Amino acid sequence: MVVAKRRSRTGYLLLFPGMTWLAIFFAIPFVTLFMTSLQEPVPGKMGKYQAGFQLSNYTNAMAEYWPQFLRSFIYAGIATLLALVIAYPLAYFIAMKGGKWRPLLLVLVIAPSFASFLLRTYAWRTILADEGPITSFFNALHLLPDDRILNTGIAVVAGLTYNFLPFMILPLYAALEKIDPRLIEASSDLYSSAVATFRKITWPLSLPGVVAGTLLTFIPAAGDYINAELLGSTKDRMIGNVIQTNFIEFRDYPTASALSFVLMAAILVMVFTYIRRAGTEDLL
Amino acid sequence: MRWLRRNLLGIIAILVLIYLFIPIAVVAILSFNKPSGKFNISWTQFSTDAWTNLCGVPGVCSSFATSIQIGIISTVVATALGTMIAFALVRYRFRGRSTTNLLIFLPMATPEVVMGSSLLALFLNLRFPLGQWTVIIAHIMFIISFVVVTVKARLQGLDPRLEEAARDLYADPKSTFRYVTLPLVAPGIAGAALLGFSLSFDDFIISYFNAGTLVTFPIFIWGAAQRGIPVQVNALATLVFVIALLVVLSSQLVNYRRRKKLMST
Repeated sequence: MVVAKRRSRTGYLLLFPGMTWLAIFFAIPFVTLFMTSLQEPVPGKMGKYQAGFQLSNYTNAMAEYWPQFLRSFIYAGIATLLALVIAYPLAYFIAMKGGKWRPLLLVLVIAPSFASFLLRTYAWRTILADEGPITSFFNALHLLPDDRILNTGIAVVAGLTYNFLPFMILPLYAALEKIDPRLIEASSDLYSSAVATFRKITWPLSLPGVVAGTLLTFIPAAGDYINAELLGSTKDRMIGNVIQTNFIEFRDYPTASALSFVLMAAILVMVFTYIRRAGTEDLL
Repeated sequence: MRWLRRNLLGIIAILVLIYLFIPIAVVAILSFNKPSGKFNISWTQFSTDAWTNLCGVPGVCSSFATSIQIGIISTVVATALGTMIAFALVRYRFRGRSTTNLLIFLPMATPEVVMGSSLLALFLNLRFPLGQWTVIIAHIMFIISFVVVTVKARLQGLDPRLEEAARDLYADPKSTFRYVTLPLVAPGIAGAALLGFSLSFDDFIISYFNAGTLVTFPIFIWGAAQRGIPVQVNALATLVFVIALLVVLSSQLVNYRRRKKLMST
């Protein structure tokens, strides 16, 4: 950028309304969330809470719900890995061989998001139905422990993988597109095998995309509860389901807030590890 | 065999694209279904009932209208606020840049369930009544960041010489902005608004936490999932998908033609 950046009041005026909105409705709620997570019950009144410092809310919540926490991270982790494996060839193809079709191919990657997230997830109930072709195929090979996919963890992971795939494809594409094709040509001119070229040139250069894509897939997947609710059984509930039911149905605000806070803390640790490697300017 | 090896990447890419569209095909096909029970999950019989009677089930069209209204208000506000931030980031120097970047990035990296629950904690503590306005406030909050990123990318791609030329031709800053900068950034702003609307229209988790008794289209679907989603929902979702796809594709086409024309002159 050659334009000299001006330092004037206009800059602050432009920032003010939007940043204030984010401060009030994004940042400050974390403070209220934290305060709510420490509230104690009002003696004698069921379901009423008052300001307090109940650290035991955290230990109790974790003691009761650690399996859902662990499951969320495992499901999200598997889904992220699968998404990486599925997304990489497509991102590579669009970046390296897309040519003038690139913009169209990118539209096709984003287009599925135009159809309702809930309905697309629900559609997997039809695709993975018990008598359906996919379940029958795996059953013929005796690969399914419960003889079905629907209402098991497999369906939840499949749904997560599908739903967050574009979040993996786009950052991967952005990183692969920046690679100078001459580097790859040079490598093969020097009699490097395709595998070695990939391992030593393409993969390392695409790592920023891999890191960004992994974060952008893992984070929403770990917090998601739509897939677990629509595709899994009650045994496959994730931490998002627990937060939602405790907040909205049981109205146990302190427990739900504590869980929400722990989830955010875990994710912030991941984001900051990334920022220390890449810096904030690269985030946007 | 050699053909297969040479085209393996292309074949995999096409298979992945097909995979992305399979659930949408299911949604669209089932919109022409006449389900035997309450659950519209497996194919029974062809019917256009849902398409000829889109509002035939109570709640479908009212929730759809609610979502459109919320989407429009949220998008207009978030696009204005986000565009202003993008201009500040690209064109101005200011203190606290990395904090600003962080505050813009974090909403995109926060699970929706955390944003939804923390905002609900705020509204509950303030005893703010839940409903349309709390949902709109929430939507504006999470759309701003996406607008900033989209518009910022467009602004950074601008050729600074165009604005210099305007200034050299004695255009004052106001008319340079009005006649040069704004028209050049407009496609980015339009794209950001489209993205913002589709995010708002499709949002479930954050809306559900902050909606109270308000029913948006996704909240209607969520409630219906337990007792059977009406076929009309599939029809409306298919319609939205087709319209959005046509809008995006035609804008791509316009872009493509414009670029081609520029190349040939």
